[in-house]
Amino acid sequence: MLLSCENVRKTFGATVVLDDLSLAVDEHQVVALIGASGSGKSTLLRCVNLLTGIDDGTIRLDGEDITDPRVDPDRVRQRIGMVFQSYNLFPHMTVLRNITLAPERVHKRAAAEIRAQALEWLGRVGLADKADSYPDRLSGGQQQRVAIVRALVNSPRLLLLDEVTSALDPELVGEVLTMIRGLKDEGMTMVLATHEMGFARQVADRVVFLDGGRVLEEGPPEQVLGDPTQARTRQFLARIIEAGRL
Amino acid sequence: MSDQLHRPSEIQRGRIAYRRRQTIRSVLLAALSTAVVGVLLAVAVTGAPGWDRVRQSFFSPEVARRYLPDILEGLWLNVRLLVVCAVLALALGLLIATLRTLRGPVFFPVRAMATGYTYTFRGLPLIIVIYLMAFGIPGLRLQGTPGVLVLGGAALVVTYGAYLAEVFRAGIESVHPSQLAAARSLGLTYRQTMRHVVLPQAIRRVAPPLLNDTVALQKDVGLVSLAGPIDAVRAAQIGVAQDANYTPYIVAGVLFVLLALPLIGVTDWVTLRAARRQSAGA
Repeated sequence: MLLSCENVRKTFGATVVLDDLSLAVDEHQVVALIGASGSGKSTLLRCVNLLTGIDDGTIRLDGEDITDPRVDPDRVRQRIGMVFQSYNLFPHMTVLRNITLAPERVHKRAAAEIRAQALEWLGRVGLADKADSYPDRLSGGQQQRVAIVRALVNSPRLLLLDEVTSALDPELVGEVLTMIRGLKDEGMTMVLATHEMGFARQVADRVVFLDGGRVLEEGPPEQVLGDPTQARTRQFLARIIEAGRL
Repeated sequence: MSDQLHRPSEIQRGRIAYRRRQTIRSVLLAALSTAVVGVLLAVAVTGAPGWDRVRQSFFSPEVARRYLPDILEGLWLNVRLLVVCAVLALALGLLIATLRTLRGPVFFPVRAMATGYTYTFRGLPLIIVIYLMAFGIPGLRLQGTPGVLVLGGAALVVTYGAYLAEVFRAGIESVHPSQLAAARSLGLTYRQTMRHVVLPQAIRRVAPPLLNDTVALQKDVGLVSLAGPIDAVRAAQIGVAQDANYTPYIVAGVLFVLLALPLIGVTDWVTLRAARRQSAGA
């Protein structure tokens, strides 16, 4: 087991965002987190990446308790990649520099080797000609692909994707989803929070429905999305279908 | 390409002609109103009962010619002092702003001192700082005390350093938390995040207000004359005392404005460029 969250609790003031939540992710597995806004999907990802602390429970990565206060969070994050809804590229750096910064400064790899790897990645996702552009010259879909490459060059054990297509125009969603599908084929372990039910069905090995900070239902995509056992899940999916998103 | 082939329609040609007429009308109106205001001002000032006396004691070409060389020589001191003080104050401001972002209990005294410094020197009038530094420190009779020029410059640096530190801090705080999250998620340490992600963006963003403070410093450099060195203001003061005529002050004032113009021009240009970049991005 690569990642395991055990009885995780997270509160913001009086609001309980994650409530005794448990979740396990095996290596090479793709897990899709679905649920309404505020159900705790993004918060869970941020907790796993130690961007925010938890109030109870344990999160283990490769068996190591990463929520132990004695653990250096920087070392943990070196093993986890994260992609954000609004890309969060560094606007003052070129695309290439965005990608090479962490390998150079954090992983202390040779500049020439990183550059070659970054250019190869950019070529694979069709952005070779954008290496020297600044992020504001790129479309949302292009920026998000760069953000994914930026996470991947660090060879993370686990990739967290936080609603990575939510800020994109509909015609740009496809190019990002294609890229993620490619990562699945290469065996990348991923946890993704998503509103794209169709995509969750295609790419996920397991779909987890969060409601009020708890795992209400989980299982293979066909079961959770096609034949949910819980009334809340059915209600949620009915609203999604109503909105034309499934 | 197609733009050149496109022939505007009847309606569009009418609009263009109308707009052109409106533009000509605005220009003529502006010229007329400027002329009227100018004439009124000139009549009011030169028609004032005391104008002849004022012209003699403030705008005497003869006195201006006599003291211009001395004032120019003094101005050269101001320019050198400005460059050195601006660089040092910027460095100090950035240092203080960075110290205030340090985290962890070990750095508490550093943070507290940096905060206390910005609070004190933003409140303390520059004149008092100059007196304290230029007259107080030599009064200690320590060996190797620098001259009043250096001490006066130091007063400028510590005072402006406090202002600039706040400008830098505002810039640091304006960088969106999502940038920090992205940097930390890549495994960058807090320090690396500040250095590579936060500070470069912060400095770019506050370049216009920083330059604006440099223009203000340009003026206040004249205050070191209080400590004794003969800068443009001091040279003018000597002229005033010798001839009992205020013209040297006017000369010095004009020179200060001329000195500020290029700096103000650069500030406006940088501000415009920043605004344009911001509207182009995102």
